[in-house]
Amino acid sequence: MRAIGIVLAGGNSNRMRELSNKRAIAAMPVAGSFRSIDFALSNMSNSHVQKVAVLTQYNSRSLNEHLSSGKWWDFGRKQGGLFVFTPTITIDNGFWYRGTADAIYQNIGFLKSSHEPYVVIVSGDGVYKLDYNKVLEYHIAKKADITVVCKRLEPDEDSSRFGVIDVDEDNRITGFEEKPLVANSSMISTGIYVIRRRQLIELIEKSAVEERHDFVRDILVRYKSLKRLYAYEMDSYWSNIASVESYYKTNMDFLKKDIRDYFFRQYPDVYSKVDDLPPAKYNAGAVVRNSMISSGCIINGVVENSLLFKKVYVGNNCTIKNSIVLNDVHIGDNTYIENCIVESRDTLRSNMTYVGEEGNIKIVIEKNERYVL
Amino acid sequence: MIKKEMIAMLLAGGQGSRLGVLTSGVAKPAVAFGGKYRIIDFPLSNCINSGVDTVGVLTQYQPLRLNTHIGIGIPWDLDRNIGGISILPPYEKSTNAEWYTGTANAIFQNLRYMEQYNPDYVLILGGDHIYKMDYEVMLEFHKANNADITLATIPVPMEEASRFGVVITDENKRILEFEEKPPKPRSNLASMGIYIFSWKILREALIDLQDQPGCDFGKHIIPYCHERGDRVFAYEYNGYWKDVGTLTSYWESNMELIDLVPVFNLYEEFWNIYTKNDVVQPQYISQDAVIDRCIIGEGTEIYGEVHNSVIGSGVTIEPGAIVRDSIIMKSTSIGAGTKIYKAIIAENCVIGSGCELGVGEEETNVQFPKIYTDGLVTIGEDSVIPDHVRIGKNTAISGGTTLDDYPSGLLPSGESIIKAGDRR
Repeated sequence: MRAIGIVLAGGNSNRMRELSNKRAIAAMPVAGSFRSIDFALSNMSNSHVQKVAVLTQYNSRSLNEHLSSGKWWDFGRKQGGLFVFTPTITIDNGFWYRGTADAIYQNIGFLKSSHEPYVVIVSGDGVYKLDYNKVLEYHIAKKADITVVCKRLEPDEDSSRFGVIDVDEDNRITGFEEKPLVANSSMISTGIYVIRRRQLIELIEKSAVEERHDFVRDILVRYKSLKRLYAYEMDSYWSNIASVESYYKTNMDFLKKDIRDYFFRQYPDVYSKVDDLPPAKYNAGAVVRNSMISSGCIINGVVENSLLFKKVYVGNNCTIKNSIVLNDVHIGDNTYIENCIVESRDTLRSNMTYVGEEGNIKIVIEKNERYVL
Repeated sequence: MIKKEMIAMLLAGGQGSRLGVLTSGVAKPAVAFGGKYRIIDFPLSNCINSGVDTVGVLTQYQPLRLNTHIGIGIPWDLDRNIGGISILPPYEKSTNAEWYTGTANAIFQNLRYMEQYNPDYVLILGGDHIYKMDYEVMLEFHKANNADITLATIPVPMEEASRFGVVITDENKRILEFEEKPPKPRSNLASMGIYIFSWKILREALIDLQDQPGCDFGKHIIPYCHERGDRVFAYEYNGYWKDVGTLTSYWESNMELIDLVPVFNLYEEFWNIYTKNDVVQPQYISQDAVIDRCIIGEGTEIYGEVHNSVIGSGVTIEPGAIVRDSIIMKSTSIGAGTKIYKAIIAENCVIGSGCELGVGEEETNVQFPKIYTDGLVTIGEDSVIPDHVRIGKNTAISGGTTLDDYPSGLLPSGESIIKAGDRR
């Protein structure tokens, strides 16, 4: 195998509002039956990257639970496997991860003890399919030091929360600006990088000595003229879920047939932890239109243009419109929900109304007692 | 030293010929059930939920699907360092080569498998019932009675008892007499085909009766042990237990899952039923779909109408199609505008558009009058039905069919087209 993988899954974002109160972004449920990190891990597995480290810090318990076994992504192997690295106190370090570069530095032994020549670094909050080998081939062909996977945004999309990239005619990166106020390019970094392992060790160790801890700011931006940074342009679906708006939009994208077919009916598959839930059940009175329903759901009411995640109970005469209901939610009778994201394990009482607005999605968090037989 | 208190032997080699074309290419225990399961998932899940972690699965008839499904037992947590699941097909020996000729003969041929684990008790199971049962409770009953053999029994209505093997017990539940399908039953305790044997007794009986042709538990082993005075007890089980041996009972027990609160409830928080999940993504119900009283598996896409049906995973139901009172298994597609009434359609079928299944009056099936009954249309796996054909009731189809197979576009009630194996 030519590469090992690192998934940066440490982060929190205030753009996720209350949704990241109880979980890391990489553990966000996506597309009904998945967690955000499933896409990165499935890509690793499908690209035959067999040794993968997940670096996690913020609210890591949610993620650790999901990653309790590597077998779902075929990482339960003697060679390689899935490693979850949370910050630890050691004899020579008492810090949390102070940034992405520091997170890698604190686990530099993982890099040093591997023998694979390349490293694929990805973030845990992207929803996409990508064969990392193609990026690696490109990286080698361009004799690049670091290859950054880029995506051209549509003119109406907001690039201000990404790293914005300028390239020359050979796709060599000439400009790299993190979260610029005014973006002068529509090309953004997807947070997926390929780099030679020894090069990465060298750059990370140098940054550590200089007390620089951020991979983007202190390595990519700082070295962009000194090193050969190349942009690999990705033209397939890619979406980052790290804001409530993009999280909502990404999920709703799965109601489109072409996107559903691309992820679910074309090779390769996306894998996730299996929950052993029964099939979804529709009782008399259920009306479902243009919606995705996951296993374990029991539906007695109306569901329209919505995504129900696993094990959602919809009571009699309820209406759920343009909404996302996360895992294990119980919705009492006659409740009306529109333009909302309902947090997982919520219990919504009967006869309630929750209405958000288009473009300003309401996040519903209701911790009521649940009396269910 | 290796030691397991109780190991299970699961008899999964039968064809289940009364399921007709559903089992033309797969063993009965591998037939799909309830949207995402296979019949064998129920005894296997019962095993692991009861703490039985060593299971030998005896296969013989068409084992491919079963082997792929079971693998090394990961879905049931039966991948163990010691024990776990083992598939036990018949094998050639230095002196002879013999198929499994009967239930007890199959177990006899695997004495060495059982000996490896030094068991105190052996649980004998079938692979053709839908139920949730704690075998540990039955084992406690076995121990408390100091029994040599314990049969699981279930009370059935007296008027139906003549269809079963019933047992007559004393007040301590010790079995006095057996009656196989008695015309005038004296008891309503029916044997469920689930036995716990104390290991020594089982081993002895199997060796004593090794020359019995077609050696069977119900017919030979248990009567033999009973006659020589072994302590044989009846454990009474009172939960849901359904034989899915005929197409009608298979169809009925699937339909029972749709009830508002089904008797056999898959949605309970305990006693999980595990299965191999090939598909994990959610299902999609389109803008124009109509869904009413069904259960639907993962990854299925529904653009048409579905009423009162059990739909498996990865199924596509095209716009304008209407499915009623039917069972549709994994990865089958139903063409646009096709109307389906009371059908069982197995895995990987392609049903064309504009078809009608289950039309006309009921007629007795000509070739297999006892199998295809109750108006059901039964379609075997990997079948293809061309566009715009009409299919009557009590019919069976298996294999890739073309328009030429349907004179004037119709398969009348009571007819069959069996061409299995054409589509490879």
